[in-house]
Amino acid sequence: MSTTARTVLAVATVFVLLCATASAKTSAGAALYDLDCASCHGQTLAGRSGMGPSLRGVGAGPVDFYLSTGRMPLQDPRDEPTRSPPLLNARQRSAVTSFISSFGGPPAPSADPQAGNLSAGQHLFTSDCAGCHQVVARGGLTVGADVPDLRAPSARQIAEAVRMGPYLMPRFGPRQLSQRQLDSLVRYVLWTRRPDNAGGWSIDNLGPIPEGIIAWLLGMAVLALIARLIGERTDA
Amino acid sequence: MSRAQRFVSWNEQRFGSAKGVRWLLRYVFPDHWSFLLGEVALYAFIVLVITGIFLALFYQPSDTHMIYHGSYTLLDGQQISEAYHSVLNLSLTVPAGLLMRQTHHWAADVFLAAIVLHVMRVFFTGAFRKPRDVNWFVGLTMLMLAIFEGFAGYSLGDDLMSGMGLAIAYSVAMSVPLIGAQLAHLLWDGSFPGGSDFLPRLEIAHALLIPAALAGLISVHLALIMRQHHSQFPGRGRKESNVVGTPMWPGYALRSIGLLLAVAGILFLLGGLVQINPIWQWGPYEPYLSTNGAQPDWYIGWLIGALRLMPNFEPTIAGHTPIPNPFWGGVAFPGVVFTILFFWPAAERRFSGDRRRHDLLDRPRDKPQRTALGAALLSWVVLIFAVGAADRVSFRLNISYAAQIHVWRVGVWVVPVVVYLLSLSAARALQRSGAHPLRGSPRVRLRRRPSGEFELVDAGSPSPEIHERSGGHGERRCERTTE
Ligand code: HEC
Ligand code: HEC
Repeated sequence: MSTTARTVLAVATVFVLLCATASAKTSAGAALYDLDCASCHGQTLAGRSGMGPSLRGVGAGPVDFYLSTGRMPLQDPRDEPTRSPPLLNARQRSAVTSFISSFGGPPAPSADPQAGNLSAGQHLFTSDCAGCHQVVARGGLTVGADVPDLRAPSARQIAEAVRMGPYLMPRFGPRQLSQRQLDSLVRYVLWTRRPDNAGGWSIDNLGPIPEGIIAWLLGMAVLALIARLIGERTDA
Repeated sequence: MSRAQRFVSWNEQRFGSAKGVRWLLRYVFPDHWSFLLGEVALYAFIVLVITGIFLALFYQPSDTHMIYHGSYTLLDGQQISEAYHSVLNLSLTVPAGLLMRQTHHWAADVFLAAIVLHVMRVFFTGAFRKPRDVNWFVGLTMLMLAIFEGFAGYSLGDDLMSGMGLAIAYSVAMSVPLIGAQLAHLLWDGSFPGGSDFLPRLEIAHALLIPAALAGLISVHLALIMRQHHSQFPGRGRKESNVVGTPMWPGYALRSIGLLLAVAGILFLLGGLVQINPIWQWGPYEPYLSTNGAQPDWYIGWLIGALRLMPNFEPTIAGHTPIPNPFWGGVAFPGVVFTILFFWPAAERRFSGDRRRHDLLDRPRDKPQRTALGAALLSWVVLIFAVGAADRVSFRLNISYAAQIHVWRVGVWVVPVVVYLLSLSAARALQRSGAHPLRGSPRVRLRRRPSGEFELVDAGSPSPEIHERSGGHGERRCERTTE
């Protein structure tokens, strides 16, 4: 056999093997999809009205986000998806992801926190995110949704959430936030897990509500107790 | 002559103070621990003044913007105001600055808590009655000033939380009928977020005018107490005409100094160990920045609750909204509460027909109507206060926010009625049983006589000092007028 023929054969074998693993993965993904997702998103991924949106062309980001945060499969299509332990393991997730992204869509976003700037991230976060997520990312309530505390998601999940806008959260495309800004944002969100608590016990970085509770329970109640101990009582 | 005698005579020859000092040292304080709540407020005020002077040395009331390049990388390169910069430095670079800031803030929170408890004590024991009604007015005025004072202090930092608080305050000021727009414009030196005079004004109000007014009113408050003497609970040997208790020296002064040290100790411990208002985490304020869950300090929380609870009621007449919605929660609601409190002594005289002077206190059960109405008013305010945190309750406990608001819109009217009825019957039951709500049934000691029968032993506290109001120093008139 000539070298050329041998090379062609080798390349062809590798190609076939790759296709085979890939299609095995997609077909495993297809099976899982039929089992867990099709009831709401439809056999052909076109969506079912009142149940779930079309998944054609969503790409890998939203699928990975929803699966790795355990938000999908949803129990009830009317519920707000919430973070829970993922139903599928990492291999199954990547199978479903490659199955759904084989219908098209952008590649999964990612972020490199080290490339970001912390201060820029803080500023972006207070202008774009804190109104819902609270300035130190402790979450809260907004009209129509619980906004999660951001101590759980990984850098990658944060990037995916920002680019897709899950549930009532707005999506921030590359026009609104450049890749570098995204890196900065992610860097800030990771920082909020261990913020600079120079003042001592952080009482969850929430401000006046826990502060008021402490002022009454550790401050006033203790002082009232002391007053009671050093003051006399009347047997009236 | 001993050194002490020489000291006394030195003073006497120059100030003629011996008589006054003797009077002061022999002044008698009635014995009940609840009388110390007002003192806690006084001592918190002292801590506030001392830490406040420290803060004033570093604070810069300027909204001029600069680019921050300091040691704190989180904000490196951001636009911040000089005011925010000075508080940032106070927190992170000035030695002991953060301790002072945090102690000051905790002291403010505890100051207001102590005032509120003290007002409750005075209310539920009838200590506001003639002749102490004037001091009741002084006290309520101080409470209002303290609320403004705290809000002004919270707002000085020009950080994200305080800026959002000021935005709400601005909308409340705007909502005052007829004069609102002018008023807000005047106070803020322009429209929100205010002109360059706003922060200097706020600082003068917070660091000079209101504290001076408070110090003056505290002096009047204490002078009136000493002039009229303390009221006291009824009990063995206690009459309208005397005060039974511990004299200033020795005894009460030491106890009171102990309390001062306890207050200062607890406040500095909190200031050193528990983080409060970390403005370096909130970042600077700009009108386009915001945070979820921005809240004022607890003593403004009742107004936030009222703003949230108030239905969206904003009638338009010929294209005008004469009363914008924030007026109801932000102005009318506290207005109603303080009006009730200010008019209470006169109203009670009127409805009970009792216009006599009272130096003996009531136990809450002795006046079931007052106690029940007061408890109802208190529950009304406390409920509205709690609604101010309904979003956090919803987030943490998963109770729908909308459902909470709907329930409490009715609940804040129903619960006080229930509280009223329950307190009324509790007071009456206690009156009948003679039991103490915390200590149970009255203790009775019996002694067995040699003959075998039992007799009651009178077990009082070790004989306290009795100060006949009529006798001795003649500081207190003794004839009582019954109008
Ligand atoms: C309008 C309010 C809103 C804004 C603004 C917003 N979010 Fe969200 N965000 C939400 C809600 C609601 C969810 C929960 C979605 C769900 O449950 O599916 C969420 C979820 C997330 C999650 C996933 C959390 C988890 O536990 O998996 C991340 C990460 C996140 N947001 C980051 C951001 C960032 C970064 C920004 C600013 C660029 C931002 N959000 C702006 C409302 C908002
Ligand atoms: C009970 C019905 C239900 C099931 C089962 C379910 N989903 Fe969903 N899914 C929904 C609904 C409803 C939404 C829209 C959520 C929202 O409003 O953000 C959604 C949204 C999504 C999105 C985001 C679409 C977009 O346009 O951003 C993805 C991706 C997704 N689902 C993937 C899955 C996958 C993968 C599975 C199977 C593991 C699954 N879902 C199972 C109901 C369901």
